[in-house]
Amino acid sequence: MEKKIRVLVAKPGLDGHDRGAKVIAASLTDAGMEVIYTGLHQTPEKIVRTAIEEDVDVIGLSVLSGAHMSIFPKVMELLKKEKKTDILLTGGGIIPAEDMEELQKLGVGRLFGPGTQSKDVAEYIIEWHKNRK
Amino acid sequence: MNYPDLIDDFKQKKRGALARVITLVDNEEDEGIEFLKENYEKRKDSFRIGITGPPGVGKSSLVNHLLERFAKKYENVGVIAIDPSSPFTGGALLGDRLRMQKSYEFENVFIRSIASRGSLGGLSTSTENISQVMESFGMDVILIETVGVGQSELDIMEITDIVIVVLVPESGDSIQAMKAGLMEIGDIFVVNKSDRDGADRAVEFIKSSLSFKKNIKNNETPVIKTSASNEDNIDSLFLAIEDRMKFLNDSDELKMKREQRREREVKDILRDLFIKSIDKLIKNMENVNASPYEKAKKILEKTGFNFTEDLWKKR
Ligand SMILES: Nc1nc2c(ncn2[C@@H]2O[C@H](COP(=O)(O)OP(=O)(O)OP(=O)(O)O)[C@@H](O)[C@H]2O)c(=O)[nH]1
Ligand SMILES: [Mg+2]
Repeated sequence: MEKKIRVLVAKPGLDGHDRGAKVIAASLTDAGMEVIYTGLHQTPEKIVRTAIEEDVDVIGLSVLSGAHMSIFPKVMELLKKEKKTDILLTGGGIIPAEDMEELQKLGVGRLFGPGTQSKDVAEYIIEWHKNRK
Repeated sequence: MNYPDLIDDFKQKKRGALARVITLVDNEEDEGIEFLKENYEKRKDSFRIGITGPPGVGKSSLVNHLLERFAKKYENVGVIAIDPSSPFTGGALLGDRLRMQKSYEFENVFIRSIASRGSLGGLSTSTENISQVMESFGMDVILIETVGVGQSELDIMEITDIVIVVLVPESGDSIQAMKAGLMEIGDIFVVNKSDRDGADRAVEFIKSSLSFKKNIKNNETPVIKTSASNEDNIDSLFLAIEDRMKFLNDSDELKMKREQRREREVKDILRDLFIKSIDKLIKNMENVNASPYEKAKKILEKTGFNFTEDLWKKR
């Protein structure tokens, strides 16, 4: 049976907009992925627990609240603790270029800014998945 | 991680290992099949509870409340939440977990979202296999949520011990049409969203349309109205489930159900293997125009399978 790319799409933080996350979830589904959507207000602990239970290949976080410099490192740290660094951590939001660079140094994957086409995200994940093996 | 290490972790009850074995099984990978073979006899049956009903009636929201109650009472609780895959893209949006936020309060709850995929054996084979993995892990109870449309409702009945059918007040009008499917498989009926109008009427309607159903020991099929939003009457539902569990345990029903399930599993596997292995033979038949019976007979002869003439005549 063909292996499906499994992705967790979550919206951490306190702000209440998940439209962006939903659009991404839908477009990744259209690209043939199995997308676990867990909605708003997810803590890093919940995100990592879900990622483990669902055995996802990718975690995609939508962070609009400006909290990206705390959320991405925290999730990364928990993934390391759980020895799950083979999971790709990616996402999007309003993230300045220098922050992106710093996060990537921690092992976070590509991050997408405002105005990103959702198909670009799908393409990035498919490309990453191909090169992984 | 290599397979022996994975199994070590699994035995140490690491949830990551459970998750990975489920993936192997769900993908029908060799190691997954090996796991099922090796662990089948060692595992202990969990109580499997199916929750089904039309889209959006509140199945996941109910599971959210139920898992809390099960988690407090039992050592290990598994949830399998199934959503359909798109036949066009092969993708699936698995959103049940969104409504199951209480699970994070309990370390002894494990949820897995599963896409129905286009698998040949249908939903039942993969869900059955994943249930078996959870049983090997030591789950006492497994809650299985699936949308009740078309064939899937029969599948859910075959792989579970109890089926809960969830409807809403507005379902009343369409119950007549559902008789053949959902109405026949439920051991317990729920009218959820009873915070809205018409719940009592729906309960009456369901009760009257259930009267055709002969019940074992003349037990009336429970019809319970709940509101998952207000956490209303969930305890009654939980009680009804426990009553049913007790009844099944105390009678021969459960044993019979599980025996039937085991027989069916063997048949499913045989059917699958047989069809796969004769595919080439069918395509390479010499006389393309021969009757299907003639062809079938030829293939059976070739496989050396010993069928009796009697069985043949009955066809
Ligand atoms: N008013 C009201 N709304 C409810 C109740 N239970 C669930 N809902 C809402 O109904 C919607 C669907 O709930 P879910 O629990 O996702 O329903 P479901 O049957 O699991 O849906 P699918 O898995 O998509 O078929 C959500 O918006 C819930 O908030 C209820 O008791 N009353
Ligand atoms: Mg649901």
